[in-house]
Amino acid sequence: MSRMLYALVDGNNFYVSCERVFNPHLEGRPVIVLSNNDGCAVARSDEAKALGIPMGVPYFEIRDLLNQHRGIVLSSNYTLYADMSRRMMAVIGQYSPEQEVYSIDESFLRFKGFQHWDLTEHGRRIRHQVRQWTGLPVGVGLGPTKTLAKLANRLSKRHPDFKTAGVCNLADLPPWRQLDYFAQVEVGDVWGVGPRWAKKLKDLGIHSALDLKLADPESLRKRFNVVLERTIRELNGLPCIPLEEAPPAKKQIVSSRSFGHLVRRKDDLLEAVATYAATAAQKLRQSRQCTSAMQVFLSTNSFIPGEPQYHPAAMISFPTPTQDTATLIQAARSGVARIFRPEFRYKKAGVMLMDMVPEGVHQGVLFRAEDTEGEERRSRLLAALDACNSQMGKGTLRFAAEGIGQPWKMRRGNLTPAYTTAWDSLAIGRA
Amino acid sequence: MPLTFLTPARHSGAPGPLPLFTFKVPAGFPSPAEDYADSRLDLNDYLIEHEAATFYVRVQGHSMSGAGILDGDIIAVDRSLEPRQGDVVVAVIDGELTVKELHREGTTVTLRARNPEFRPIEFKIGQELVIWGVVKGVVRKLR
Repeated sequence: MSRMLYALVDGNNFYVSCERVFNPHLEGRPVIVLSNNDGCAVARSDEAKALGIPMGVPYFEIRDLLNQHRGIVLSSNYTLYADMSRRMMAVIGQYSPEQEVYSIDESFLRFKGFQHWDLTEHGRRIRHQVRQWTGLPVGVGLGPTKTLAKLANRLSKRHPDFKTAGVCNLADLPPWRQLDYFAQVEVGDVWGVGPRWAKKLKDLGIHSALDLKLADPESLRKRFNVVLERTIRELNGLPCIPLEEAPPAKKQIVSSRSFGHLVRRKDDLLEAVATYAATAAQKLRQSRQCTSAMQVFLSTNSFIPGEPQYHPAAMISFPTPTQDTATLIQAARSGVARIFRPEFRYKKAGVMLMDMVPEGVHQGVLFRAEDTEGEERRSRLLAALDACNSQMGKGTLRFAAEGIGQPWKMRRGNLTPAYTTAWDSLAIGRA
Repeated sequence: MPLTFLTPARHSGAPGPLPLFTFKVPAGFPSPAEDYADSRLDLNDYLIEHEAATFYVRVQGHSMSGAGILDGDIIAVDRSLEPRQGDVVVAVIDGELTVKELHREGTTVTLRARNPEFRPIEFKIGQELVIWGVVKGVVRKLR
């Protein structure tokens, strides 16, 4: 068998599982977690999936169904999920020196030089240890490439042959059995194939992962692009997608939220985008980058039938790349001033930072030596701001433009406590 | 003779000054205490053996007072430890996290309170008992 093996470990119904660790009475009942502002279902327990609740469905469409089945609805508690993710990744990372944290609930491992190990057994241990240490159930897929590990992971969760063990190692199976499983996976469920490509591929007679594996990579590259060619090669066991141990620098930063209710007042919008700009600026400094351009956008609620719709955006570019909160807030506010129209009711606003450069390397710095001291003080101020907010909680120190009451703030009606990150929110143990 | 290193001017936008070269470096004899400088005590190290598996839980109730665990205390619960006879554990009972002492005799597992006013809870073969974690330590502030 191949000498190198990849594993994909990912959390089952991750957000729901995090909640269940601290609320055991959620076990065995349909549970869904809603997106920001309690809009749509972003995580579902197996019981909720069994009721036919699809991913991403707006809450109001399934409220009655859930009530009928004594379902539980929770707001997303990202503070909790981030901390549980950190713990889960730490445990998984004990199993290989090469780990890529791919998303909040998914991690790739690479096993090189492990050929004398029983990696299926290794997978079982990962699963067991994550469950014991953190309380989170995970599935483990193993294969000679990342795409195959991802596919194996899918089988580990859904296929009756692997579901009980929760581990699927393609390298353990004889080739004819692998092909048999590939034939049972829809082409759209292969990693890297989106719904649009899936449709196009089906028109070409490529319906399953097996069809895609057997397709000609050259001719599909011409019809699609090099990404699909890579996927085909990966399905055939040839590693093309490297492990990214350090996350690549962010190409853009988006900070946007839906409002708690529809917003009409320009002042509220100005306050909201100022807050988002401040959040984005903080993320920017955290990633040690500066931005050259910002897009500010507003949008109305397209779920309300007959509601007049307006989805404008404004671009602001900066003469010198910046990471200064005040500059970004000013830009965000000027953007809103340009696109705001009073006749609409707004549901959402946001800012997106683009064209990022690493801090300190941008042009022009050399020729502005005369205000170095001012800049110096400015960056010390921003560093103090970030330090204070990271210690005392987000938004403790903020610019006045962000507002005090923040009446537009998002709705999180069923938010559980930050069990693991705040002393006054700890889980309760009855004694 | 002491040497002073000056900080080079920084690029604009770098977060916070780095205090690397701002102190005086003695060129003569090093301080005999230097090697011991960073041995400060951290209660986290004392309480926590497996960081990823350790959770703090707030105690509510009086059933464990005999074990020195009082209402309002914070307990450090390590999920990675295998529960042993006599351990104080967090168990899941009726969907709630519950703090009790674990005992096993033959085929019976008992969760005992450490307060005569509370009755033990028994589990026979076939009944499910979920041990959430093992209590490693107790934290209490007096003022």
